[in-house]
Amino acid sequence: MKFGFLSFGATLLIGFSLVALLGDRIAPYDPSEQDLLAILDPPSAAHWFGTDEIGRDIASRIIAGTRITLLIAVVSVALAGVAGIGLGLAAGYRGGAVDRVLMVALDLLMTVPSLVLAIAIISAIGANASGLITAITVSFIPSLARLVRARVLELRELDYIEAARALGMRHPRIVLRHVFPNAVSVIVIELSLMAGQAVLVATALGFLGLGVQPPAPEWGAMFGASRQYLEVAPHVAVVPGLAVSLLVLAFNLFGDGLRDRLDPAARAR
Amino acid sequence: MLSLVLWRLALIPLTVLGVVTILFLIFKAVPGDEATMVAGATATQAEIDVVRHQLGLDRPLFVQYADRVLGLARGDLGYSATFRGNPLPRILERVPATLLLTASAILLTVAAGIPAGILAASWRGRWPDIAVSGGVVALLAVPNFWLGMMLMALFSVRLGWLPSIGLTGPASLVMPTVALAARLIALVGRLVRGTVIEEQRKDYVRTAYAKGLATPRVLYRHVLRNALVPIVTVVGLQTGYLLGGSVVVERLFAWPGIGDLLLTAVGLRDFTLVQGITILFVVGFLLINLLVEILYRLINPRLR
Repeated sequence: MKFGFLSFGATLLIGFSLVALLGDRIAPYDPSEQDLLAILDPPSAAHWFGTDEIGRDIASRIIAGTRITLLIAVVSVALAGVAGIGLGLAAGYRGGAVDRVLMVALDLLMTVPSLVLAIAIISAIGANASGLITAITVSFIPSLARLVRARVLELRELDYIEAARALGMRHPRIVLRHVFPNAVSVIVIELSLMAGQAVLVATALGFLGLGVQPPAPEWGAMFGASRQYLEVAPHVAVVPGLAVSLLVLAFNLFGDGLRDRLDPAARAR
Repeated sequence: MLSLVLWRLALIPLTVLGVVTILFLIFKAVPGDEATMVAGATATQAEIDVVRHQLGLDRPLFVQYADRVLGLARGDLGYSATFRGNPLPRILERVPATLLLTASAILLTVAAGIPAGILAASWRGRWPDIAVSGGVVALLAVPNFWLGMMLMALFSVRLGWLPSIGLTGPASLVMPTVALAARLIALVGRLVRGTVIEEQRKDYVRTAYAKGLATPRVLYRHVLRNALVPIVTVVGLQTGYLLGGSVVVERLFAWPGIGDLLLTAVGLRDFTLVQGITILFVVGFLLINLLVEILYRLINPRLR
């Protein structure tokens, strides 16, 4: 266990990032190139993961899709991070009316199951990458803001914050220099686990036809198309699923590993 | 207890009002114009304006909001183009199928997650523990729709044991339930393992063993009872996943529940229906949470 989940997750994530960056260089085929003589071919030496319903190389499409999925997950989690941290710091540190209004609003928002909220938002914006990112971002903000707030409430009562205040330090400076850095570990762990969730949500929405639209090689959309061919060519559905699972696994292991490293109290759980 | 339940039930309409308000604000704030979407990509500006007027979207925001809230108070979700009127009865028709699916997912979670966790805890560090812990990590990474699809490929297509789509009888419940419950089983399994290991170190367990009680009796009568509280908490916290996940699973298995209807509504650009179903999901969420809280009080004597 010493090599641990953290290193394994980090290695996987670096691997996925490299694939996303190098994409077209390492893909054996053009992801949109059709070979009508090789439709729904099972895995072979020429096509490692086989071909799809119009003869496109699945391996190349998975590689090209890595960039899309990773980008959506990272961007939406980063946006949710900025908004969630801002709201959480404001509510937790300020307290009073600001806190009460924000918390009621966030609590209300949390009664909408996040995938349902995401679907509703996409129905209003339209099914495309920006709709997807907005939907995931909005549905992730409440829980993150609550988490940051809880941590800030804990920190706010500590002596060193009171000392900073007694020294006449101004609020923004206290929050940025003294409160935020001590909340960072909790936030980073949560963001990593959230990125895994974002991958699941993005591919689920792609599968439902509400995410990135075909013919873009998005993993979820690849499933959506594969369903019709489940009887004749199950390999078309297998590979995108493995890719999604592996990426989610990477984020989960990284997040859990980080928690074990940074928060020994949680290790027993 | 009764007063708590009544009080919480009374709060539901207020919560729904709050959610409707926030959803209204979000829908007005996000980019995208409802009238343009309803009219379709090829519509001219004049056509869009006609649609806008028909939907009442050219009225002041406050009037639109008041209209929505007053309608809701009467049980009227607004005009749904799909059902040519108030869609509430048609949505309610679909509720039992979703209830059946989510309830059986919770049952399976308890029935599989608790034994798996106990098994892992009693064989800590040995192969049953490694198998369960590995299964947990895997199940938390696998998308539910893919799991469902793989089950379908194996049990319907290859083996022909289970019907692949629809609600046709007890057998048709198996795959959707497993697909939906997988994540929860993993969470509960992991939690039970951790809690049992933690509880076993405590004094009362040593006392129980010292009295000469057999291991199963200590586990089930003493340890598990204390582990129930966090289990109920986790299941409660996953209500959102359960309801959201049901949408995806219902679509995959053509399950006639409200999640499937939600996706149909999105496809038809029927925003009244989308928002109506969203509100119903909120009511479901609140009711499940109330149920969880009642359970929580029943099993935790400290809160009685």
